[in-house]
Amino acid sequence: MRLTGAQALIKSLEMQQVEVIFGLPGGAILPVYDPILDSSIRHVLVRHEQGAGHMAEGYAHVTGRPGVAMVTSGPGATNIVTPLADAAMDSIPIVVITGQVATTAIGTDAFQECPITAVTMDITKHNWLVTDAADIPRVIAEAFYVATTGRPGPVVVDVPKDISNAQMDWYWPSSVDDLDLPGYRPSLEGDADDVRAAAELMMRAERPVIYAGGGILKARAAEALRELAERTGIPVVTTLMARGSFPDRHPLCLGMPGMHGNYTAVTAMQRADLLVALGSRFDDRVTGKVGAFAPDAKIIHVDIDPAELGKVRRPDVAIAGDCKVVIEELLQALTAIGNDSQPDLTPWIAQLRAWQEQYPLAYEQVEGGALKPQLVVETLRDATPDDTIVVAGVGQHQMWASQYWRFDHPYTWVNSGGAGTMGFAVPAAIGAKVGRPDKMVWAIDGDGCFQMTAQELVTASAERIPIKVAILNNAYLGMVRQWQELFYEERYSEVYLSPDLPDYVKWAEAMGCVGLRVESAEEVAPAVEKANTIDDRPVVIDFRTDAFEKVYPMVPAGASNDEIIVGPAGGEGGR
Amino acid sequence: VSPSPAATAATVATAAGTTTGTAAGSAPGQPPRHHIVTAVVENKAGVLARVASLFSRRGFNIFSLAVAPTDDERFSRFTLVVDVESAPLEQIVKQFDKLVNVVSISELAPEEAVERELLLVTVAAGSGQRSEVIALVDEFAGRIVDVGSDHMTLVLAGTPTSVDEFETRVRPFEIVALQRTGRVALPKLERDVAPGRGSSGSRGPGTPVVPAGRPQGEAG
Repeated sequence: MRLTGAQALIKSLEMQQVEVIFGLPGGAILPVYDPILDSSIRHVLVRHEQGAGHMAEGYAHVTGRPGVAMVTSGPGATNIVTPLADAAMDSIPIVVITGQVATTAIGTDAFQECPITAVTMDITKHNWLVTDAADIPRVIAEAFYVATTGRPGPVVVDVPKDISNAQMDWYWPSSVDDLDLPGYRPSLEGDADDVRAAAELMMRAERPVIYAGGGILKARAAEALRELAERTGIPVVTTLMARGSFPDRHPLCLGMPGMHGNYTAVTAMQRADLLVALGSRFDDRVTGKVGAFAPDAKIIHVDIDPAELGKVRRPDVAIAGDCKVVIEELLQALTAIGNDSQPDLTPWIAQLRAWQEQYPLAYEQVEGGALKPQLVVETLRDATPDDTIVVAGVGQHQMWASQYWRFDHPYTWVNSGGAGTMGFAVPAAIGAKVGRPDKMVWAIDGDGCFQMTAQELVTASAERIPIKVAILNNAYLGMVRQWQELFYEERYSEVYLSPDLPDYVKWAEAMGCVGLRVESAEEVAPAVEKANTIDDRPVVIDFRTDAFEKVYPMVPAGASNDEIIVGPAGGEGGR
Repeated sequence: VSPSPAATAATVATAAGTTTGTAAGSAPGQPPRHHIVTAVVENKAGVLARVASLFSRRGFNIFSLAVAPTDDERFSRFTLVVDVESAPLEQIVKQFDKLVNVVSISELAPEEAVERELLLVTVAAGSGQRSEVIALVDEFAGRIVDVGSDHMTLVLAGTPTSVDEFETRVRPFEIVALQRTGRVALPKLERDVAPGRGSSGSRGPGTPVVPAGRPQGEAG
């Protein structure tokens, strides 16, 4: 069968069971957009290419399948660089197809030419410039294989216009052996001796903590993690990327560690004699000052990426492998060892309970006082189904969402962790809703973040993707404001945004959404109820929240986690 | 100061060659600052850029770099001399191996490797100095590859140490241009007794850090 490169590309995506492409056409990708008209694949037309990338990420987060975005050359491609960097940081499998100028024009500074493979070399897992139409099926198969196996990540396939127009004989690589990837061989199983050594350490520890990271979710290992925790009685902290991988409701769940983690999660790691790091990477936002992090702990580190083992903290037992496979191997090893020798963990658990009681997350909503953002998150949490998907941008609202939501199911939390990409929430929520139309999707966003990518609500309205957006509008770039207040002597530099400019309700309405405004605590629940009943278009609620509220607890940047600040000095609540 | 890893192979090698007489070696009795990493990579467009970019991004320093196709044209062999004080060797090797185009990778301790480097140098050699230059070339078993009216171009292929020495000895002559290739290396061959494996540093010569799965460039 003779096909054009463009037809082969779309057919290849169909072969990969792609159900949706997020994208925006342009000159160099024009040939590829023509066969989309004849394809079963849905195309969601975005308003900015960054939106396409984050939608693909949101889709991948909640479905576990690779998200696909398609953009044109030059600025189309550079506009999707941020989502690529974001996906690389958080190991999100996305496949981005970029148009490129004709091979004959490459290198001539042609119109809308940009060397996107060079630009994205360091922020993709791999990328390809296709130079022969006959390569297209194989390269697409390789791209999906690389994006989704091993440590997942973003990939780019750059397709010059003449290659899209050229004729080729259709084929489809029937197996991995038909791919040309001699240097790529992800391994899943852990080394048996190391697994046994890890199991033995777990059975000797008196103050163990499981440090669960995003790798648990990538490996679909939530159930295995639960079995491991319950079999060993070892409590679990879930990092920002792992929220939902272990139920917050579970008695062994300690919640989120790190810079804005709760006191118990942070301090449990500091006092631990063993950290079982599963798919986590000792990120600086978790460790604080690395030299002072968990000083007494032996480390078991399990990660599918061997380069993570020892990158930050030298493990006592390093296991390169898939989290789910390795946890299952650990469970077998634990069975073989038996738990007769395990120390009594009761004193440790009692200590953790005491910390939880002494240092709970806290805020104070004064009656008639300014609306507290935490109250909004709690009200949303209590008024929505248990398996609601929550999507956050980056900043204070993100931390409050992670702290005050109760995540009891995997794949219900979508956020930008490593890259800290403001503007992530709205498009990622759209992608999540496309991937899981059966679930309610709430974006909890900040006013600063919302302004970066709000235009994608036009996409959501046009495509009938009924997401809901709660803007925690404190009229500031709040997290920066918090740092300026605490560490720059309240010298507020370029952080004020205004609560009314733009008028979020009018803006929402102009984009085809329902717009609501909430200014007091009493109005929160009725507005959320109303939003929850609307399912034919997006809803935006402008919550006017207290600009003085800060995120606590907090470990100052570069400080030891022992220096955690649990709340505002003097206990005066809001400020 | 190590040269920018983004520099071209030629620039890097030249910079390395012009530092000191003991260039990539180390003072006697001290552990070597430099390690050799040898990798078989796919011979595809942009692979050198990927390697250079990775080293730049991760803050690893390349001391010298040589790259050329192997006997199998699908693959190239990279020989990198890396500054192991800039990052743990293990991190360098693991991150390097993560590149999809890298097929296999080995680290070679200098004592476990056969190393060679090539130097080309053009020196002023008027009638008064020719005999001295020729004597020097003879001493090092080098060759004269080009002769002008008052200049000569010399070549020496040898161990990095001998090339260092030669460079030191040739300096008193007026050097017009000097170019070193950077070193290439292969593992020393095993003799009767297999080398022990154990703690880091006693890895067998050329033991792949990561088992190679698919076709090997050096095979054939």
